[in-house]
Amino acid sequence: MLAFNFFGATEGGLFDINATLPLMAIQVVALTYILNSLFFKPVGNVVEKREKFVSNNIIEAKNKLSEVKKLEADLLTQLQTARTEAQRIVSEAENESDKLYKEALELANNEANASKEKARLEIESQTSAARDQLSKQADDLSELIVNRLILEK
Amino acid sequence: MFFNSLLTNFAALEVGQHLYWQIGNIRLHGQVFLTSWILLGALLVFISLGTKKMENDPKGLQNLLEFLWDYIRDLARTQIGEKVYRDWMPFIGTLFLFVFVSNWGGALIPWRLIKLPSGELGAPTADINTTIALALLVSLSYFYAGLSNKGWRYFEYYVHPTPIMLPFKILEDFTKPLSLSFRLFGNILADELVVGVLVFLVPLILPIPVMFLGLFTSAIQALIFATLAAYYIGEAVEEHH
Repeated sequence: MLAFNFFGATEGGLFDINATLPLMAIQVVALTYILNSLFFKPVGNVVEKREKFVSNNIIEAKNKLSEVKKLEADLLTQLQTARTEAQRIVSEAENESDKLYKEALELANNEANASKEKARLEIESQTSAARDQLSKQADDLSELIVNRLILEK
Repeated sequence: MFFNSLLTNFAALEVGQHLYWQIGNIRLHGQVFLTSWILLGALLVFISLGTKKMENDPKGLQNLLEFLWDYIRDLARTQIGEKVYRDWMPFIGTLFLFVFVSNWGGALIPWRLIKLPSGELGAPTADINTTIALALLVSLSYFYAGLSNKGWRYFEYYVHPTPIMLPFKILEDFTKPLSLSFRLFGNILADELVVGVLVFLVPLILPIPVMFLGLFTSAIQALIFATLAAYYIGEAVEEHH
């Protein structure tokens, strides 16, 4: 009985359960609704809006980064093709000029050879003509000499 | 006799004395409602001030409230699971805030200075009615959560993983509210009593570390209560495969 007295005598006590219990339960339920509309909903809205904003921004940034990388790669390939194209054009032009040079050289050689040949032929013909004339004059001269010798005798 | 004098000392602490309010046929513990109204009023004022002007860049009180919200969300999410934690977050959060504010309010505010005709003001959670009310609400909540989420399949939980578990699971439905209510009640009342006795015996310095320990216990008890409530709800809505 001593312990029972210690815990609160005849009225009350530590384990005195009465209408406080259901009323407290109702109070807590009401508090849940009040806090929901006063605290959890508004703060949740703000926090979740911000979280969405941040995650959207991150996604957007990631998209932009990948786009930039894609463009960079694109640019690199374009640069590569342009470089090879330029190389091709340069070597083509070199070949072309080489060919032209060779052609011109050949043409000039041929022409030179032809004029040389012509000159040689001309020289030859003139030489022979001169020789003919010379032999004819020698004939005439010898005939003249012969005639004179004959007449003087 | 020493034992007797100790008892009278305890009697001076007015253990188990209540301020009775008589409304019609029902009797209430007035001191519990008085302190809970003061503390909850302070909590609501605090929250109203913090949420009055919500901005995208949080400042001051809003920062604190957002931290609190995040803390409660993490608690609810880890215990209940991603799928339904939103439905139960306000309830878990209210339990946490109510228990926390009650415990700390009971420990921090020098209620003893206010004289009542009978009983004394203190933490509302040091009254068995309050803790049983909270524990029964938790019980109702996890039953409701299980039934509303899984219908009659909720009762599969009782024979999971084997039907041998059935008596133990049924027993659990009684031990859960019992342990929830008595853990909170015992801890807070014990803290109040220890501090009260120490203040009575050695009014200077010595009670201070015990008071700090009491604050620590109070916070831990609020966390334990909310975590267990969330865990029970999570257990009820969990899908077994």
